Amino acid sequence: MIRFSRVSKDYPKGAALREVSLHVAKGEFVFLTGHSGAGKSTILKLVYGEIHPTGGDVRVSGFNIAELSPRDRPRLRRRLGIVFQDFRLLDDRTAEENVAFALEVTGARSETISPRVMRVLTQVGLAAKAHAYPQELSGGEQQRVAIARALVNDPAILIADEPTGNLDERATRGVFQLIREINASGTCVVMATHDLDLVRQTSYRTIELRDGSVVFDSGAEDSRQGETE
Amino acid sequence: MRLLLRESLIAFRRAPLLSALSIITIGFALYAVSLFGLVAVNLRAALHSVEQRVEVVAYLLRGTPAETVALASQDIAAFPEVKRVTFVSEDEALRLARRELVEFRDAYRDLTVNPLPASLEIELRDGYQDAEHTAAVADRLRGYGFVDDVRYGREWIENLDRLRNIAALVGLSIGIAFAAVAIVIIGVTIRIAVLQRAREIAIMRLVGATNGFIRGPFLLEGALKGLFGGLLAVGLCYGTYQLFRGQVALATSGIIFLSPRLLALGVVFGILIGFGGSAVSVGRHLRNV
Repeated sequence: MIRFSRVSKDYPKGAALREVSLHVAKGEFVFLTGHSGAGKSTILKLVYGEIHPTGGDVRVSGFNIAELSPRDRPRLRRRLGIVFQDFRLLDDRTAEENVAFALEVTGARSETISPRVMRVLTQVGLAAKAHAYPQELSGGEQQRVAIARALVNDPAILIADEPTGNLDERATRGVFQLIREINASGTCVVMATHDLDLVRQTSYRTIELRDGSVVFDSGAEDSRQGETE
Repeated sequence: MRLLLRESLIAFRRAPLLSALSIITIGFALYAVSLFGLVAVNLRAALHSVEQRVEVVAYLLRGTPAETVALASQDIAAFPEVKRVTFVSEDEALRLARRELVEFRDAYRDLTVNPLPASLEIELRDGYQDAEHTAAVADRLRGYGFVDDVRYGREWIENLDRLRNIAALVGLSIGIAFAAVAIVIIGVTIRIAVLQRAREIAIMRLVGATNGFIRGPFLLEGALKGLFGGLLAVGLCYGTYQLFRGQVALATSGIIFLSPRLLALGVVFGILIGFGGSAVSVGRHLRNV
């Protein structure tokens, strides 16, 4: 599903990743942990093709990221669901419209859009607030809309970059539970987080980064473990 | 298509002030171009009316047979430069002189012998009323044995030529400068609109939108802004024309407005600038993010 082989990424101000190798299998749940600047977001950006590696090989769902063309990028993104700490919702569109937008850009048939949107909004527990604008929703609810948007294309991989970073404890629990349920239904999840409490609650595979290198990988031997708490 | 239109209109709804400012900027930039166009068109019309007065007159020797003159008139009328040949007999010349040269009316009245020769008045076609063609026609006329003298106001036509060249050069340079300034201003305006929506573009890319999908609404939006800006420019230009005409009605009664074709061309120019400016701005933005 995701394979990094001796991947490096250099920025003008220095190296962000140094010869990182890892493999994430289908349906797996992986935490990426580490301090700010450790390289978590760089790994995620490589996965969703926002940046190209300086060295090494990155393969995601059949795409070679080093050779990813501007034409291929949208095709890759449609196989992924991406969630950020700051939600990245369009403020002038309702929850329903924000989710529908992700389908519209793929050219989905208009009559199929509404049922699919309502299905994922129901899945994230926001069917009743489909017509609310982001500013009318709490942080946790906004993140649920973002997750619904990420799910509406039935992605093989859910990328979550600090999805609970802006949420209070209760909302964090709710959103995390939702992500776990998504994983339980077969979607591979890669989640970067600072929240070690979340990591400790479960026995999912954890990859810890420091200064651009992997310093700990709980699933190095068997990357398919970690379904249970 | 419906989605494209919806997304374009959302942009107007989302940032009405910026959209209005864009349209006003495009409108005023095109207004400046149109005003210049108005001046250029009127200058051209004035020059054209002067050009209409360019005429070559061939004075004929006395006693030239009428058949010879008639045959020669047909011959001259077939010159590519010639629009019309008019024969003015000696008597007609005297009658005209009595009518038009009021100060010599008495002198002409007392004449016992008509001193005026018959002539051929030759009007030239549009595009041939310059010094070169006029001189060429005059030279050919001198070749006829019955032609005594040819006059066409050489110096005056050369001055007209000079004026025409200056007008064309100044018109072209200022026109290009105005259009270039308009393009830059409009380009910057559209760039601001694109930057204002950078976050939205990032989100569109995040969910898998192709560059073509992202570009579409911007191009339509740019074209619509260009259209509205162009219409605003036409309105402003017409308002200015009416105001100007009303203020100095007598002196400027000959002032003409831009033709519908030129007005349509101005609006199309606005649409193209809006479309092209958006294509460049959004294209550059998509390459850089």
